[in-house]
Amino acid sequence: MSSVARAWREFPGKYNLEGTKCGNCGTIFFPKRDFCPKCRREGIGKMQKYKVRREGEVFSFSIIHDAPPCNSALKPYAVAMVRAKDGVMISGQLVDVELDKIAIGMPVRAVLRKLDEDGAAGVIHYGYKFVPA
Amino acid sequence: MDVGIVSYGAYVPRYRIKPEEIGRIWGVDGKGMGKGLMVHQKSVPGLDEDVITISTEAARYMMARVPDVNPQDIGALYVGSESHPYAVKPSATVVAEAIEATPALTAVDMEFACKAGTAGIQACMGMVASGMIKYGVSIGADTAQGAPGDALEYSASAGGAAFLIGKEKIIAKISKTLSFTTDTPDFWRREGQPYPTHGGRFTGDPAYFKHVTSAAKMLLEEMGTTPKDYNYAVFHQPNGKFPTRVAGMVGFEQEQIATGLLSPNIGNTYSGAVPLGLSAVLDKAVPGDRIFVTSYGSGAGSDAFDITVTDEMKNYQKKNAPTVEKVLENPIYLDYGLYTKFKGMILMPE
Amino acid sequence: MKEVAIIGVGATKFGELWGSSFRNIGIEAGMRAIEDANLSGSEIDCLFIGNMSAGRFINQKHIDALIADYSGMATKNVPAIRVEAGGASGGVAFGQAVTAVASGMYNTVLLGGAEKMTDQNDAFINTAMDATADAEWETGMGLTLPSLYAMIARRVMHEGTATREEIASVAVNSHFHGALNPGAQFRKEISLDTVLRASPVADPLGMFDCAPITDGAAAVVLCPLDEAKKHTDSYVKVSAFAQGSDTLALSQRPDITSFGATVATSRKAYEMAGITPADISIAEIHDDFSIAGILALQDLGLYKKGCAGKAFLSGETKVGGGKVAVNTSGGLKARGYPIGASGVAQIVEISEQLRGKADKRQVANAKYGLAQSVGGTGSAVTVSIMEAV
Repeated sequence: MSSVARAWREFPGKYNLEGTKCGNCGTIFFPKRDFCPKCRREGIGKMQKYKVRREGEVFSFSIIHDAPPCNSALKPYAVAMVRAKDGVMISGQLVDVELDKIAIGMPVRAVLRKLDEDGAAGVIHYGYKFVPA
Repeated sequence: MDVGIVSYGAYVPRYRIKPEEIGRIWGVDGKGMGKGLMVHQKSVPGLDEDVITISTEAARYMMARVPDVNPQDIGALYVGSESHPYAVKPSATVVAEAIEATPALTAVDMEFACKAGTAGIQACMGMVASGMIKYGVSIGADTAQGAPGDALEYSASAGGAAFLIGKEKIIAKISKTLSFTTDTPDFWRREGQPYPTHGGRFTGDPAYFKHVTSAAKMLLEEMGTTPKDYNYAVFHQPNGKFPTRVAGMVGFEQEQIATGLLSPNIGNTYSGAVPLGLSAVLDKAVPGDRIFVTSYGSGAGSDAFDITVTDEMKNYQKKNAPTVEKVLENPIYLDYGLYTKFKGMILMPE
Repeated sequence: MKEVAIIGVGATKFGELWGSSFRNIGIEAGMRAIEDANLSGSEIDCLFIGNMSAGRFINQKHIDALIADYSGMATKNVPAIRVEAGGASGGVAFGQAVTAVASGMYNTVLLGGAEKMTDQNDAFINTAMDATADAEWETGMGLTLPSLYAMIARRVMHEGTATREEIASVAVNSHFHGALNPGAQFRKEISLDTVLRASPVADPLGMFDCAPITDGAAAVVLCPLDEAKKHTDSYVKVSAFAQGSDTLALSQRPDITSFGATVATSRKAYEMAGITPADISIAEIHDDFSIAGILALQDLGLYKKGCAGKAFLSGETKVGGGKVAVNTSGGLKARGYPIGASGVAQIVEISEQLRGKADKRQVANAKYGLAQSVGGTGSAVTVSIMEAV
């Protein structure tokens, strides 16, 4: 990612897990959606900002050995699908963890970490990652 | 109305390296070096950690303990560090965004070697006392650099703590603060240089010891107190040796500094050092306890604080975030090879 | 709606085709299909091309024009349409071609699928393939496409519907058939141990759980069923085509041990063809990762949940092994995975089988064959059913 604007417009989601909640049916979405796929027309204009709980548990995980160039220094590193306490599923990296101790059901929480940077002179991208809770 | 600490939060990365491992690489008796400095291990930031992420974690812990405080009431946020990730572009804005304090606040990065965090507390105190803002946040955090093979490499570490300063529901009243400042170039880093340079033994008597003792004595004099009036004392801790010696010089006993002396266990967290030491004391302190704090920043200056824990500490939701002791649990030890990778010391292809 | 026939098929060899460019392979496959259909080429009145990423792989957008030009069709101003749907590009392009003929809008349609991958390095290629997942909230957060499939595999193993060995046996099955296919990238059988001991890519998946990087192209010629005999005696009927979508990000699904789009799409396809899964004798499924093979057989209704892994492991998915021969071409794993070409290559294989031209890997007395093509983590799925005539 090299666009500063592209990253910047997603800060609320990337920094603070800001998603949306349908004002009609109450379903929570992360990432945010402009439109509730369940309520369709009835939900139009009723989507509200919703901050997803930072705590959750590992639903599934993988250890990446074949890493994209931006993460080659991290390998092997863990990624996980995390079920947040309010039920939403979020995918992200799982860091500061002994890789052989990760298990489905393990409690984790979201923290802010460096995601990558656009070279030594470029902007640094920050966003959520998970650590053992 | 009294001004003081409304909340605090501390964070130290999970990784550690021991002086003997560093000494093994440079052909030095690292263990002996560690003993001399009274630094038995030091913290190392993870590959994806920097002053911004450390500050954010500390600030989020701080906010977690005061669920009733609306982050929108924070009027100022300062991040004091000498290792801001950007030369130009504030760390403070990221932290402010990450605790949802934006946009109606002032946010500034501060730098005064190792005392920028306490300088930020002073700035917040002034703004809160004047009624200019309701709450101010000051964070001291660093991912300190020490040149490979240099004595600093055995101690320069990473960590930080955040303080919420206000007038309402203060858990610790700051009765007085003052500073002692001169132009004393004992340690510096020029723009664009990866590692700091220091004046060797010149960093001792004319620099650290002179400024810390002077500020401390000024405060005792102005408060009309003696070291015996305090339950705890926290001094800047570039290693374990300096604060131990300076405590004696000012007249404090070792028991008074023990709780806030973290450098033997985590090294020198620079701007994070006194804020972390004070956090460790606040973890233990009970209403009525008095805390004496003196920071030090090379260049040089010291900020001293007289702090008294209030009854509000009983209602404080301390359990909503981990204590310093808890934060330091379960370290992961690195060898020097991994350490160089973590510190970005390996020249990589672009 | 008209009924549609496949009257000609062709494909290049799949592999690392160092001497061939994108336009070389695209034209080669197309010419073979036209030749197979006994056409001159001038009968073609519309051209579809499935391709995922020429814009990144060879820095060439507008490949519809490129292929129209080099196939000689531009001189007659034949319309050319490029279709992209990640890994399902070829499958979706087939659907567009079938629809074009069925609607009566076009009569004789050439569908190609092509991908030239080896002009880039592995890291670049992997990054491009990762882009078929959610670039903002999956790969943008450090995940990779293999890691997403690995998380599906982990969950399947956790829930007990397949073991690691059963998952690995999907690759063993594909390599068994690849060895029989002269056009395959890997013509070598492998053991279960080879898969299990391979270097890890995204744990629990290793190198042999993942389809390779491949250059290749495939093509088919379509026309109305009632006109097929005018051109050839060797044709097959397209009994059904169905396509479905699902969320782009895996995290947005209630269940990741099944691809809902495959379930829905296959049910629709069976209904359209007027058959049940029991009528299927051959299935070409999208085994870009071994675990996807397990999900495919179950979601297509060919096996019950928990039984697909056992079928692969026991060998009943091999030619002559049981009721459904799976990936007789070698699948994506052994035949190779030139992304946009794969969905079309599946149609080529099913057609060859139903016409009795599959040589050593021929399935006896096959009436119906099915092809499943998948984009991303099941975000786009096509199911096509062909019938021998």
